Amino acid sequence: MSMKLSIRQVDGVTIVDCSGRITLGEGSVTLRDTVRDLLAKGNKKIILNLGDVNYIDSSGIGELVSAFTTTKNQGGELKLLHLTKKVHDLLQITKLYTVFDVKDDEAAAVKGFK
Amino acid sequence: MEQQVSYTLDSTLDTVDHAEESATRIATELGFAEDEVMQISMAVREGAVNAVLHGNKYAPDKKVTLAFERTPEDLVITIRDQGPGIDLSGIPNPLAPENLLKTSGRGIFLMRSFMDAVEIRPSQTGTEVKLIKHVRGSSAGNKERS
Repeated sequence: MSMKLSIRQVDGVTIVDCSGRITLGEGSVTLRDTVRDLLAKGNKKIILNLGDVNYIDSSGIGELVSAFTTTKNQGGELKLLHLTKKVHDLLQITKLYTVFDVKDDEAAAVKGFK
Repeated sequence: MEQQVSYTLDSTLDTVDHAEESATRIATELGFAEDEVMQISMAVREGAVNAVLHGNKYAPDKKVTLAFERTPEDLVITIRDQGPGIDLSGIPNPLAPENLLKTSGRGIFLMRSFMDAVEIRPSQTGTEVKLIKHVRGSSAGNKERS
């Protein structure tokens, strides 16, 4: 199953609902293009909802890092929401869990933007 | 699974998916636990990505060889490419603070994290990676440890 994205706006925050796999190839490119497009259009408060992401590889991890740093470098903020256990564990062993702003509650995540 | 199966594959993204799917199927057939199957399939995927992307650089005339072998003690997966050979001294530690926000360089680290042993043998005619997962107790295959 490849990755699918849908985008919604909640109180000025862009939430990207991701499902499927973020892996080398289509999944990574789709995520990269989406985040860059959002930033280009001035959407700088972004939440990636990963609740339905069932698989991620090192390329996918790299894309999450890229999305995070690209957003930050453009004066924006990016949070991760609803990590599955697999993604959570991967971010733990790569020591990225504390780098990302990870949330479990969507409403709190939306309110938490500066 | 027979004692050994091997595949010769093109240097494409399809090969990466094929390698992962084969690993999932074979590890499942051998009776590994669900979390171990996931670890094995992810390690194989990372090895295949390295072979296709960094070793063979998608070259159409270069092949990736993937072999699964069930020994009495282990599942041994061997991935070979026909690239110039990886420079092991040039691989940075992805957990070092200065590397945490790099967008690549985690593949070998993940392989080592998920497998019991990883052997990497670079040469001028390619890199061979052996991924080894111990068969534990009677939950995998027919092996029982005393």
